[in-house]
Amino acid sequence: MPVISEKELQPVYDVIVVGSGAGGGQTAYTLTMNGVKVLMLEAGRYYDPLTETPMFQSRAQAPLRGMSTREKPFGFHDATVDGGWEVPGEPYTQASDNPAQRFDWWRARMLGGRTNHWGRISLRNGPYDFKPRSRDGLGFDWPMTYEEVAPWYDKAEMLVGVYGSNEGLENTPDSPEGCLLPPPKARAGELYVKKHVAKFGIPVIPIHRAILSVRQDFEKLPSKLHPGNARAQRILAESMKARAACFWATDCGRGCSIRANYQSTTVHLPPALATGNLDILCDAHVHTVTVGKDGKADGVTYIDKKTGKERGVKGRAVVLAASSGETARILLNSRSARHPAGLGNSSGLVGKYIMDTVGAKLGGSVPAFENLPVHNEEGAGTHVYIPWWLYKEQHAGKLGFARGYHIEFGTGRRMPGLGAGSAGPGYGKAYKEEVRLRYGAGIGFAGRGEMIPNENSFCELDPSVKDKWGIPVLRFHWKWSEHELKQAVHMEQTFAMMIEAIGGKVRKPATDGAKAIEPGGSIIHEVGGAIMGDDPRKSVTNRWHQLWDVPNVVLNDGSAFCSNADKNPTLTIMALAWRSSEHLIEEMRKGNL
Amino acid sequence: MDNQHSESLRRMDRREVLRWIGGAAAAAAAASRLPVGEAQTSARIGRQTGAPGPGGARIGSDPILNKNYSPGDLWPLTLDAARRRAAAALCDLILPPEPGDKRPSELGVPDFIDEWISSPYDETSKDRPVIVDGLAWIDAESGRRFGGKAFADLAEAQQCAIADDICGKKSVKTEFKTAQRFFERFRWLAASGYYTTPQGWKDIGYVGNVPTIEFAGPTPEALRHLGLI
Repeated sequence: MPVISEKELQPVYDVIVVGSGAGGGQTAYTLTMNGVKVLMLEAGRYYDPLTETPMFQSRAQAPLRGMSTREKPFGFHDATVDGGWEVPGEPYTQASDNPAQRFDWWRARMLGGRTNHWGRISLRNGPYDFKPRSRDGLGFDWPMTYEEVAPWYDKAEMLVGVYGSNEGLENTPDSPEGCLLPPPKARAGELYVKKHVAKFGIPVIPIHRAILSVRQDFEKLPSKLHPGNARAQRILAESMKARAACFWATDCGRGCSIRANYQSTTVHLPPALATGNLDILCDAHVHTVTVGKDGKADGVTYIDKKTGKERGVKGRAVVLAASSGETARILLNSRSARHPAGLGNSSGLVGKYIMDTVGAKLGGSVPAFENLPVHNEEGAGTHVYIPWWLYKEQHAGKLGFARGYHIEFGTGRRMPGLGAGSAGPGYGKAYKEEVRLRYGAGIGFAGRGEMIPNENSFCELDPSVKDKWGIPVLRFHWKWSEHELKQAVHMEQTFAMMIEAIGGKVRKPATDGAKAIEPGGSIIHEVGGAIMGDDPRKSVTNRWHQLWDVPNVVLNDGSAFCSNADKNPTLTIMALAWRSSEHLIEEMRKGNL
Repeated sequence: MDNQHSESLRRMDRREVLRWIGGAAAAAAAASRLPVGEAQTSARIGRQTGAPGPGGARIGSDPILNKNYSPGDLWPLTLDAARRRAAAALCDLILPPEPGDKRPSELGVPDFIDEWISSPYDETSKDRPVIVDGLAWIDAESGRRFGGKAFADLAEAQQCAIADDICGKKSVKTEFKTAQRFFERFRWLAASGYYTTPQGWKDIGYVGNVPTIEFAGPTPEALRHLGLI
């Protein structure tokens, strides 16, 4: 079974997986390794990082020196194709004209989805993050604990390959021996920050990222991940052997043709295809889950984007991993006499409680970094970060906002881009000297914080606007609460404090949260919209992300998240998709679905 | 890319350029009248007019990524020969080569500036009048001061006399304020074009983009520089 054309579809599959990113990729991997026959439907085109990735291209080899454009928002060489905050022919709308109430929705219509370009930051949610309401009375508790999820984090880390270290810090879980790969060394500027912010109690530690700092242990890991399954072990060992270690050049956001970082297309899908149990159909835009007379889901309806025709395909179970927004849209569009408000929506909560990550940033120039002896500082992007360090102060109510953030920052002489010569005034030799002096003498801090789900941030079907195939589109409502706005101010103030602590020059930090915070959707950590829980009246899915109303529909993207910790969601999506896929297999074996 | 190559890049003739500018202005005006729901755009990149580039070309949402592009590949360049000469001379004055290095004009930097101002994006096309008018001004000013000569034909000291008046190093007279805005934008573009080339990398002190078995981390000299050892 391979990447197929429409004519090669089987009449019925065990499981139809909608979406091919982190959630869909992990689901297809887990199911097919266990012998389940899977059809994966991807709304975008086929994409092959091995042949399409721009490795080593200079910005001078890109149009407009790689400038960020409407069509390529992260610059020309970013891996994303047919994606961004706008997708031609596939609009979405805003309920309000107020810029503070916008939600900008990033989509990537390509095989592997957003995993092709993401930041690869792979942090575990900690014990507090699964029980936030119990801790501070806000938002929702997850219907499981960190301890229940931890073994799945272990598996996900071992499978995809994550570099990092164990630091024993509060709510920043350590991984068991053998899970993590060694972290790369910190850069000079990062060590300098570490030294000078220690007095504030701010820790600078190796970050966790899904990048092979060394090759994976293909002799030990497969048997740990697939005990008793010799065939799966063999297939995984082959896949791991085919992945090279990072060679510390070429921005990860371009994708990786040597498979050194995690993309669904280089890590999840090759072994899943090698099982012979996976068919992948691209350019297949699913818009509804179909329901049989027995009330169970029996397949999906999709638009074949190559012909514009509507098609259907049957499956015994359906996994939606289309991205939170798209999953909510599919559920809301799956209206029937039995499910008049959309599939799985008896609670009325489909589309509700959507979340992004709180973002704020501040940069400065650092005289100490000027004239740093030249050496190769490229590495693999982010090497270190600052985990949230004020749990105790926050819990004691001293901060005025309820949830934490982590800090990512960048220093060093990286590949020059537009604005590389931002010096002046003047020209000629003196100007060039000044450019040299300033290049690499800057620092940029970015905060990534937890947003608490709220009643005012949700999506619904637009009553009139449809996409080019006539499918109703999403309309977004968005509002930050004081917790997020105050958190963004705290971020900027902290960044300014740190920049000053290293002798840098920085603008005055914002005191108005609305000015400090980046617009909703900017950080592309969209989760929620079909939250899980223990009570069918107050949640859309159970703890295995099965729709309460239709248990053979499982949501394996971030849509079932009922909180959005500052830890970037992708690793959690993978861990939970693995866990729920094994549960799905069990349920199918028992005949419960 | 050298001068010879530069001459072979795809360009538009003057009449076509005028037609294109008129069309782009009309498209921008039309886009500004779109209803809110239709002109849906990202807050991050701002509202765009969607005016087409020359020949209607844009980068598109699915370009071939691992191909090496030259200015003119996606849309034709639009600077005329006189402006190109002025641009080349100004690039070389702003970014004089180190011994043994090529001049920016030999590295395709003016072609990048031409690509930029010929492109259909809001961030770039707003620079078009600034750069085109500025290049015309600098030739006119050269002629006025130095016996009808074009900027490119001036001696370096003469070029400097003009540049010194507009570069902002010393206080700029009111009559040169527009020229100063041109100079600053031109310098930003020239430096962006230059420092993104391999020679520019070496010049600025960027030694990455090479594969290594291990990430070596900071050198002892770098650590000493920061007082870390």
